[in-house]
Amino acid sequence: MSTETDPGPGITKGSGTQADQIENRRARRVLFGCAVITVLTTLAIFFVLFDNAASYFWSSRITEAIFLGEPFEREITFTEFFTGTRWAPEHATPAHGILPVAFGTLAITVGAAFVSIPIGTATALYISEYASKSVRSKLKPTLEVLAGIPTIVYGYFAIAFINPVVVGPIADALFGINVGRYSMVSGMLVVGIMTIPMVSSISEDAMQAVPDELRNGAYALGATKYDVSLSVVVPAAISGIFASYILAVSRAIGETMAVTLAAGFNANITANPFSEIMTMTAYMVSMARGTSAVGTVEYQSLFAVGLVLFVMTLSMNLLNDHLKRRFQEEYQ
Amino acid sequence: MNMSTQETDGSPISTDVRTTENARADRPDETVVATRGLDVYYNDDQALDDIDIEIPENKVTALIGPSGCGKSTFLRCINRMNDQIDAAHVEGEVVFKGKNVYDDDVDPVALRRKIGQVFQKPNPFPKSIRDNVTYGLEVQGKDTSDEDVERALRGAALWDEVKDQLDESGLDLSGGQQQRLCIARAIAPDPEVILMDEPTSALDPVAASKIEDLIDELVEEYTVIIVTHNMQQAARISDKTAVFLTGGELVEFDDTAAIFENPSDSRVEDYITGKFG
Repeated sequence: MSTETDPGPGITKGSGTQADQIENRRARRVLFGCAVITVLTTLAIFFVLFDNAASYFWSSRITEAIFLGEPFEREITFTEFFTGTRWAPEHATPAHGILPVAFGTLAITVGAAFVSIPIGTATALYISEYASKSVRSKLKPTLEVLAGIPTIVYGYFAIAFINPVVVGPIADALFGINVGRYSMVSGMLVVGIMTIPMVSSISEDAMQAVPDELRNGAYALGATKYDVSLSVVVPAAISGIFASYILAVSRAIGETMAVTLAAGFNANITANPFSEIMTMTAYMVSMARGTSAVGTVEYQSLFAVGLVLFVMTLSMNLLNDHLKRRFQEEYQ
Repeated sequence: MNMSTQETDGSPISTDVRTTENARADRPDETVVATRGLDVYYNDDQALDDIDIEIPENKVTALIGPSGCGKSTFLRCINRMNDQIDAAHVEGEVVFKGKNVYDDDVDPVALRRKIGQVFQKPNPFPKSIRDNVTYGLEVQGKDTSDEDVERALRGAALWDEVKDQLDESGLDLSGGQQQRLCIARAIAPDPEVILMDEPTSALDPVAASKIEDLIDELVEEYTVIIVTHNMQQAARISDKTAVFLTGGELVEFDDTAAIFENPSDSRVEDYITGKFG
């Protein structure tokens, strides 16, 4: 049966809906194109990192080796890179052990977590469970302002206030240590403070999502707000709370401007929280704006460090996904 | 499912009404909860209008009436759960065992440890069955034993079904089991009164009839005040019935048999015969 002879009830293709369908397909292509941009960007970054990191270890980029036939020659061994305890690619006697800068990043991250996780969680609990409407309506925007401050401003806050006014006098009074322009603890504090809003707002969203029926069930049993917060709301919101912690830690790992200005540029492994250290990001800043020529081993070290950083934040994201799935099963 | 084996068959309301031979009916009425001139407002809207009622101990009192008549609001006044609602404002007295629960020196937390509540939608905590049952005792700082868990679960007619899975999540149970778990949770701290807000409306008929049987047993130890939309249910399980009508007015409060067989207010008769509401 052909539609020319029998138009039917008007529900076949071409029954005046061509224009609508074309519009629909066009919209789909535009939306898909935008989604693809993010995927391509990620792949491109990953590729550039790998390609350049290869030249750090083997003297030639993968693309140079393939298209120009340049040979691979061992420059830096993995053993030196991953186990060396001195990081000084630009020095007259260069050293390529990533441990000091990796230590710097990890120390800042862990220290910042000790600031942001307790304060952020407590703030979230207060806003979600305790605060009256009027207090909440003031606190939440304040936290958003805190989250919106450019990181460079935090950096100057650290260098102009936290380090000289807070950390310096305490170190002097308690330990007799003279704190310089930069210190590890100042970096921990400033990165911790900047990630508080991340922990508190995401945790608070998770707590708000806990159904009121659960709260009422507990209140009706004679639970106090404190009981309800700790034994009902927090366990029910735990996957979101963990997600906030991991996002805050990822942010701390990748944090650059504030930590560079707060903790300094001296790569060393130290237990003294008042000494200057260098994070991986701080190294990358100093290298990218330094005098080393593009393509030299010193310069290419940038990409090796970047790749390690990328792997660290990627694994945090994977951990986040894993925890989310696990706890969602348990608490839905 | 053959419903004729259940007590939820379609026989006329009047034949289902609890007979006066029932032992409970012979007990003298000791008032456990009373209200005097109780008004409740949500912002400027009046939800309850001048309620005076005396609810007897160890009996089932049903609160019936159309949607929005204030039954649930009334229930929440008794254990001060209305405190959780910012817009709610209560005037008048709610007297629990001789004490106005709205007096300044009353701690709602302490009050709620004496008055349990079961909600419309089963709301077990996302915890193990055992932890659900012991929650009320734990918030009171009391030690809990396996006997407490067993006693509460037996009291809620759930023990035989869950005794081998006490450490599994309460959320893994069926809806009817979850609701009985919530009842076990409410009775574990041994309250005096149990408030039930349409406890069977989210359940299938079989699960609902189990809850009804359970209420019949609970009232041996506790006073049960139950809000229900289901008039047959009120007729089946309650000793006393309070009829609320739109506007938050308590129109009639009497023995259930009297309400269903011979209501004195014509509006109540219209409501229970389905002419409106």
